[in-house]
Parts: sequence; structure tokens; C-alpha cells
Amino acid sequence: MTDKKKINIHEYLEELEDIPGTRVFTAQRARKGYWLNQFCMSLMKKENREEFKKDERAYLDKWNLTEAQKQAVLNRDYNAAIDEGGNIYFLSKLFSTDEKSFQYAAGSMTGMSQEEYAEMMIKGGRSPEGLRSKKGGY
Amino acid sequence: MARITAGITSSHIPALGAMIDLGRTQEPYWKPIFDDYEWVKTWEQQEKPDVVILVYNDHASAFDMDVIPTFAIGCAEEFQPADEGWGPRPVPVVKGHPDMAWHIAQSCILDEIDLTIFNKMEVDHGLTVPLSLMFGQPEEWPCKVIPVPVNVVTYPPPSGNRCWLLGEAIKRAVESYPEDLNVQIWGTGGMSHQLQGPRAGLVNKEFDMAFIQDLYDNPERLRHMPHIEYLREAGSEGIELVMWLIMRAALGDNIEELHRFYHIPASNTALGHLVIRSNP
Repeated sequence: MTDKKKINIHEYLEELEDIPGTRVFTAQRARKGYWLNQFCMSLMKKENREEFKKDERAYLDKWNLTEAQKQAVLNRDYNAAIDEGGNIYFLSKLFSTDEKSFQYAAGSMTGMSQEEYAEMMIKGGRSPEGLRSKKGGY
Repeated sequence: MARITAGITSSHIPALGAMIDLGRTQEPYWKPIFDDYEWVKTWEQQEKPDVVILVYNDHASAFDMDVIPTFAIGCAEEFQPADEGWGPRPVPVVKGHPDMAWHIAQSCILDEIDLTIFNKMEVDHGLTVPLSLMFGQPEEWPCKVIPVPVNVVTYPPPSGNRCWLLGEAIKRAVESYPEDLNVQIWGTGGMSHQLQGPRAGLVNKEFDMAFIQDLYDNPERLRHMPHIEYLREAGSEGIELVMWLIMRAALGDNIEELHRFYHIPASNTALGHLVIRSNP
């Protein structure tokens, strides 16, 4: 077996914050977003989806969410939801309830229109050039 | 004795499943992808695997924030397709192989790779989309399936090296299973993609091409690639590629390339689909 290189956990976690336009789902975010993500999971049941659609605010008020988390959900602001500890795969239950696709949701976070985003993907996607490191700028 | 005869990599994006379910595979956007998968569908009809060990990640369907297993194995008789917000996919119930699954679990744990055993578990698009791509729309899936979900959602996911060691342990486990079975292992997900934030839509063809090549020629590099490199080069969801290393390690050294397909875009992702023979 090859020699094991010891990973420094602090350096590891610090590096995860060095990527432009990206929030890696770390323990810190997972803990902050616990109830937001669990609320999303509840939308895997049809009866819950129906109740949520009937009165979103009332449904959200039954969950232990911060006001910022509730607003992110009500506004379908997925960047804000991720800032509040949401994870894209949990949030997918929310946009699936809206009958929206992953491409719609991902595109909505880029500041591009849905058409512009789809067009960028057809042309080969977003280049990593300049988007690999905040500190390094490469 | 049972033997792993082949490995497959494939995207598992939900849109591919939706297009199959809605009968929209011939639309110009999707056609090139489904046309390519005709090759593997025909090949699978000849291969007739008895069991597929299906390595995938659960996308917050079976596992919520309460339980986050790094490596798990489904040992149940059957697995129901999950309702991910659209209603469950209209696909057959997935039949397990409890006897072999328990054997693999025991063997891997004795081999110092600990798997979390699930006797009840729903399966999401990560597992059912590859089945649809490889087998089409049958009344029943043509083989038993052993789900192996890997955590690539909550950080840290397992290292490439750990995935490699799991693949080797699975190979040993299968080869010590007494029944004469034709087993395949599939590694799903990838390739480069990012589904979140202003950087969403990232695709890195150069990285993907090198990854595919090194899967054959230099798996040692991939085995030791740190997470940060996946994140920087292949996008936040490109980390799914570590699961390909489980598949690759389970094939052993004597391998042969049967089929290769790479396509941009499939919704938000670059799609990579490989079929690899494992020779004795």
C-alpha cells in the first residue's frame, strides 16, 4: 500500500471555501440548514406537497426555520437558501414540487435567463478558467 | 464461484429518466445520447448479468439529514422507487439479492472496509436512471440489483483511495461467493458538473478526458486525487466521480475497453459512459 498522506482538517476545510461562486456542503452548513433540509424532505410526500401549496407560509411556520430560511423558500431564491444551509439535492424536492427541473433551478442561481443558461450548456458549459480559486485567481 | 465480468460507468441525471418515462428520447436535444445507449442495451441482452452491484449516490431520498452513511449496502428483497417530489418514477420495483448482499457486507467488513447495512431503503434516480438506460422499459428488471450508495453530498465524502479499497474488497467478496453468477459493477454519476451557485453549469472537457484515460492507464493518479481538485476542476457535483473508482478497482488489472461515449450537455452535465470488460 502507498504511504498515507495525512490531511490537515483545518487546511482541508479552508480550501473548500476558496472556490468562486460555490458553497460546499460542509458540516457547518449542514448544521445550519438542518431544519431547512428536513422541511424539503417532507415534500417527498404528496399530502405534504398539497398542504404546502395551499398555504406556503402556514406550512413553513410549522417548521423550526429562521425567517431568512422561510423567505428564501417563499422567494424560491436558491442562492439564499444555500447561504442558509440548504443543499441542492434537498432543495430539489422544493423545485420538483413546483414542477421545475434541475436545469431551471441551477440556471436561476447564475443570474442568467433560463434560455441563456441552456444556450451556454449547449455551447459546452461554463469554462473553469478563472473560476478555480478565489485566492489564486486562476 | 461468482465473478465480476464487466463494469459500466454512466450518468444518472434525472432528466434522462424523465425523457424515457415521457417518451421524449427522440427529441433532437436528447437523441444523440439515447442513440448511443442503444449499443449497451443490445450488449446487455447478450451478456445477461445475474446481478448488478450498482454504485450510486442517494440524493437526499433514502437518507435525510438524520443519517449519513459514507458507504452503505442494500440487503433487502426489494427496493421501491422513491417519490422525489414528482411522484415515484413509473419503473419496476428493484429486486435485490439479499444473500449475496449480506455476503458482500460481511466479507468487506472482515476486509476492514465497513459498510452500513440497510434492510429497508427506497432508491432514487441515482439508481433507477442507469437501469433504464441499460435495460430500457421492461415489465421487470432483467437481473437482481445490489445497491451501494456512497455519500458524496455532505463533506467530506470518502477519499478516492478509500473508494478504490472498497472496490478491491467488493471484488474479493464476489469471488468468494459460492454460486456461479455473472456479476457486473456499475459506477454512476459524473462527469464534470455543478448544480449550485453562480458557478453552476461548469463543464471541464479536458479534465473529463484525462479522467477517462487514467481510469484505464493510470488509476493510481485518480486514487490519490484530493477532493479540492475535483471541486476546482470538475465542479461541486463532479465529486461523484470518486464512485467510478469503486467500479474500476473491482475490475482488477486485466481489463479491456468495449465502449466509450462522451457528450456535452445532458442538462447541466457532461455525460461519460464507458463499458469495460474484466478478464480473468
